[in-house]
Amino acid sequence: MSDSGTAERNSSTSAARKRWEPWNDPNERPHVQIANVTKRFGDFVAVDNISLDIYQREFFSLLGPSGCGKTTLLRMLAGFELPSDGQILLEGEDMSGVPPYQRPVNMMFQSYALFPHMNVETNIAFGLKQDGVPKPEIERRVAEVIDMVQLNAFARRKPHQLSGGQRQRVALARSLVKKPKMLLLDEPLGALDKNLRTQTQFELMNIQEETGITFVIVTHDQEEAMTVSSRIAVMDHGKIVQVSTPAELYEYPNSRYVADFIGEVNILEGRVAEREGDHLLVQSSEAGCTIKTGPSADEPAGRQVWIAIRPEKLNIALQAPPETGVNCLSGEVWDIGYLGNLSIYHVKLDSGKMVTATQANMARLIERPITWEDRVYLTWAPDAAVVLLN
Amino acid sequence: MPEPTEKTTPGAKIAYLAGGAASTGLIAGLHARLLLFPPYRLFVLALIRMGFSGRSLVIAVPYLWLLAFFLAPFLIVLKISLAEVVIAQPPYTPLFVFIEDGFIAIQASLDNYLFLMEDSLYWKSYLSSLRIAFISTGLTLLIGYPIAYGMIRAPKRWRFALLMMVILPFWTSFLIRVYAWIGILKKEGLLNLALMQLGIISEPLTILNTDIAVYIGIVYSYLPFMVLPLYANLEKMDLSLLEAAADLGCRPIKAFWVVTVPLSVPGIVAGCFLVFIPALGEFVIPDLLGGSQTLMIGKTLWSEFFNNRDWPLSSAVAVILLLVLVIPIVLFQRMQERSARAEA
Repeated sequence: MSDSGTAERNSSTSAARKRWEPWNDPNERPHVQIANVTKRFGDFVAVDNISLDIYQREFFSLLGPSGCGKTTLLRMLAGFELPSDGQILLEGEDMSGVPPYQRPVNMMFQSYALFPHMNVETNIAFGLKQDGVPKPEIERRVAEVIDMVQLNAFARRKPHQLSGGQRQRVALARSLVKKPKMLLLDEPLGALDKNLRTQTQFELMNIQEETGITFVIVTHDQEEAMTVSSRIAVMDHGKIVQVSTPAELYEYPNSRYVADFIGEVNILEGRVAEREGDHLLVQSSEAGCTIKTGPSADEPAGRQVWIAIRPEKLNIALQAPPETGVNCLSGEVWDIGYLGNLSIYHVKLDSGKMVTATQANMARLIERPITWEDRVYLTWAPDAAVVLLN
Repeated sequence: MPEPTEKTTPGAKIAYLAGGAASTGLIAGLHARLLLFPPYRLFVLALIRMGFSGRSLVIAVPYLWLLAFFLAPFLIVLKISLAEVVIAQPPYTPLFVFIEDGFIAIQASLDNYLFLMEDSLYWKSYLSSLRIAFISTGLTLLIGYPIAYGMIRAPKRWRFALLMMVILPFWTSFLIRVYAWIGILKKEGLLNLALMQLGIISEPLTILNTDIAVYIGIVYSYLPFMVLPLYANLEKMDLSLLEAAADLGCRPIKAFWVVTVPLSVPGIVAGCFLVFIPALGEFVIPDLLGGSQTLMIGKTLWSEFFNNRDWPLSSAVAVILLLVLVIPIVLFQRMQERSARAEA
């Protein structure tokens, strides 16, 4: 039943490896169902009628700026807040009457919330002790997770004798040792420095894969969400804007908000001129040309749309292409950022609009051919342009 | 000697000159800040020229404080306790006596201490004081802990008002507050009146002039000394720890015992010391609220001093009282240091 997803993922022997996408499988039963959940604090609506299905073994991210309601949603999953409206079902069972200490769900706190008067071992053993697990089994399971997070040398230390990264591991071990049906992580890497964070992201993914526990992570860091997640829910003002895989979210954002929040993007405003096959022709005064989009839904002529093009999908050249009327921006190089592997060009179009293009520096040159105040032409493949309606 | 790397401000240079006094700690910080004021700087420079190092100066300040306000008065009391009572001004024999030919004789006897052991009144008073102080400290903790805990769990906007309610009674005289309890506890007092009106009792209760009245008086008077350190300690506690405990399957009541209470031990210890020490030597409360059978060492000391005018004997009582207090505190601190070292 719910294990079929795992089976699919592990069957790497089959030549055409099927992708593990339980959310696209109508026979798959969701592990957690969030059904029309609303949370109000007085007049303030923190979570606004959210419905969401999360499947077993997913690494699911709630992504959004601070104050978007992602932490409130996580706290409702843990049981620290009760929904004002709606239901949360875990394996089909309504959780609304179940207090946090009876939910088969564990949380890793942003502050880690390690007990300062207990050492690493007793902190980790705390949860098992509450459940009355026999002592030898507690010892065995604690040793197991301590081994997993590589803290063997620090088992007898107290939290204040550990570094930030070590504390983070203790918190992770403590929330994993009870083998919860779902692990909730509230900004788990927020307090770590950048190098450690990148390294820990991969460790988290390995641990998630090893244990097979469903992870739900709250983060405001889009890079982190992109790295670790099977799917991401982008939130804004208590609502979910889009739920997709990282790649879908980046390549097919459904709104200007998502396109802008995930990575860098150039957005050009225009109006639909006509339809040509399954392409749209969009007239944009900002762009100063006609934009022929990739295959897209039919929109009535005259409708206002926004065209999103990622900087790395723009090709920058000094020579004008044969046809400059369609899918070609022209302007003056305003700024150049040389990052070594990449160069970032800020180009001021004739309309005054600034666009960004990035180029991989594949040739080994000290002097790049394009320099400040050059007149350049930006072109792109038609399917690089995404039509956004809001 | 290495050159100081920072020479920008004269203060920094002098702080360096002052023997590189440890830059951590309250006193060292105070010292460093005071160095910015010219008179203090000149004073320190003069002492340095005389051969004192900055480090020893920093350490000397608290010792001087203890010497002036603790050790010196104690030595005076100790001196008097070794004397004999005389009808004179002051009413005891001097320790040093000038005799002929420029010789100085030391006149001291342990008679007073021996007398304390002979007469059962004194050790009974000590024991009774210890008992009363222990019980009332326990009662104060039992009442003070829920109050402090309630204060930190109350909405933030109420906290200041609640804190003021704890502190405000201090603004009235201690004596008046204890006197007020007489009016409440006496036979025809407010408490008996209220209980009889409610029909709970038919005969008025005798509370005033018993040990119970003393407990009530001590608990009431010293409650803020228990609540404030506990409040300060509990307020620092990260409430997400309780959420973490709940998340790991711990019920709220159990979480209180396994998380909140162990973390508040420093506050409990501080509060208990602050109540126990003055309660042990208390004399106003047993004098006003207690009965003739209420024995407390403070009361005994008072009557020895003012009624008998036996300064040497009352000084001996005070010295023993001090030892009764200081020895357990020192032992306790040793124990704590040892456990802290074992952890590190």
